[in-house]
Amino acid sequence: MADRKIRILVAKPGLDGHDRGAKVVARALRDAGFEVIYTGIRQTPAMIAEAALQEDVDVVGLSILSGAHMTLCPKVVDLLRGQGQDDVTVLVGGIIPDEDVAPLQAAGVQGVFGPGTSTQDIIEFIRTAVI
Amino acid sequence: MPKSLPPSQLIPRLLAGDRLALSRAISRVEDGGDNARELLAGVFPHTGRGHLIGITGAPGTGKSTLVTGLVQAYRAAGLTVAVLAVDPTSPFTGGALLGDRVRMSKLSGDAGVFVRSMATRGSLGGLAGATADALLLLDAAGYERILIETVGVGQAEVEIAGTAHTTVVVEAPGLGDEVQAIKAGVLEIADIFVVNKADRPGVERTVGALELMLHMADGTPRQLFHHGQLLEVAAAPLEDESDGWQVQVFKTVAASGGGIPEVMAEIERHRLWLAENGRLAARERLRMARSVEQIVQAELLRRLRAALPADSLAELVEEVAARSLDPYAAAEQILDRMG
Ligand SMILES: Nc1nc2c(ncn2[C@@H]2O[C@H](COP(=O)(O)OP(=O)(O)O)[C@@H](O)[C@H]2O)c(=O)[nH]1
Ligand SMILES: [Mg+2]
Repeated sequence: MADRKIRILVAKPGLDGHDRGAKVVARALRDAGFEVIYTGIRQTPAMIAEAALQEDVDVVGLSILSGAHMTLCPKVVDLLRGQGQDDVTVLVGGIIPDEDVAPLQAAGVQGVFGPGTSTQDIIEFIRTAVI
Repeated sequence: MPKSLPPSQLIPRLLAGDRLALSRAISRVEDGGDNARELLAGVFPHTGRGHLIGITGAPGTGKSTLVTGLVQAYRAAGLTVAVLAVDPTSPFTGGALLGDRVRMSKLSGDAGVFVRSMATRGSLGGLAGATADALLLLDAAGYERILIETVGVGQAEVEIAGTAHTTVVVEAPGLGDEVQAIKAGVLEIADIFVVNKADRPGVERTVGALELMLHMADGTPRQLFHHGQLLEVAAAPLEDESDGWQVQVFKTVAASGGGIPEVMAEIERHRLWLAENGRLAARERLRMARSVEQIVQAELLRRLRAALPADSLAELVEEVAARSLDPYAAAEQILDRMG
């Protein structure tokens, strides 16, 4: 009678202080039945990896609007893997140009969601990525 | 580390201080089932060392901010600290949005601190059961002080706070009728009262209302602001159930750290007080009795549900609703079927 729940960390790395988008996604994920841990703004990659470890999440969702995704995302992935969190799925949402998608995926970011993505797309991605 | 590492491998790692193993073990006990039981059996002999501190109060009173300040104070004193922050699961979707970490960012980067958020889930063992299990794991992992943050509104949350060794009830000015806020069994479980947001107007009124309720035993009349009016209230003796512990009211400005050292000192004073004269042992026995009782209750209910044919409960309820059967007779029928 195991009652397993998918747990998702929603984090906002970098210096931009707008988290309205991240909060909208966090609420949508909660409404889809996930357990969402929200960490707030101005998180460093080290803070995110540590929170993911303590919370034992299945998914880390990063919201990045500052344009720093090419440096921040690989750092988070590397830290997670370095801690032995091998099976944690990493997603990023925000203003991501098309040409950055392939390099991000190559760096271990499984899901890249640019502007115009619906929260439903993200929910479905998570349901398929986490079994 | 794979998510599915068996308990036999998780237990030694957890006991050796591996934080990822601890984190994964907590998920297992939350999920329930045989793995959970094996884990708990494995760590149980290593528990009973950490001091459990419940922090409860209405939403927005500043509990998470206060917890952050207390953790920092304990770290400065050289003690390791774990935090279990409990938030409700949505009864409609089964999802939860756990936001207590937002206030706790300052605690990041310190290997002597472990913060875990927990949703209430409505699990079979009940909220109290799931948190008690997580607390055992944090205790076994060696954290010297374990803080449990719960929203003190529901009965279950109050119950959890009541199972801690030391329970701190947090109030804040301006949350409506202060006497209203301290109803619902909260007075009985508080070892320490904190009025946070002491930088806000109305703080003395909240402190006054609490002190009035607490010190009615000493026989002196008290003054109380009630709906803006100063009232003189004659004292009536309050029964002393706390075995001589004087519950006191502390003012804090958690946002800036004001008053936190005093609250920590009071928690430690309570801890030492408990350690005297076998009080701690008595409290532990009470906690264990409750814990065993809860498990038995949950397990009985589970077996009952498993033993009942799918629609039989609904059918009996129909009969009760139609007044052709009384509730006690219905319950008896159900229990009879269980054998
Ligand atoms: N003015 C004032 N605000 C505070 C104080 N402590 C916390 N807050 C604020 O109160 C709000 C709720 O705090 P939080 O710790 O999340 O409360 P919780 O819901 O009880 O955990 C936040 O905006 C805090 O910044 C305080 O001492 N004074
Ligand atoms: Mg809180």
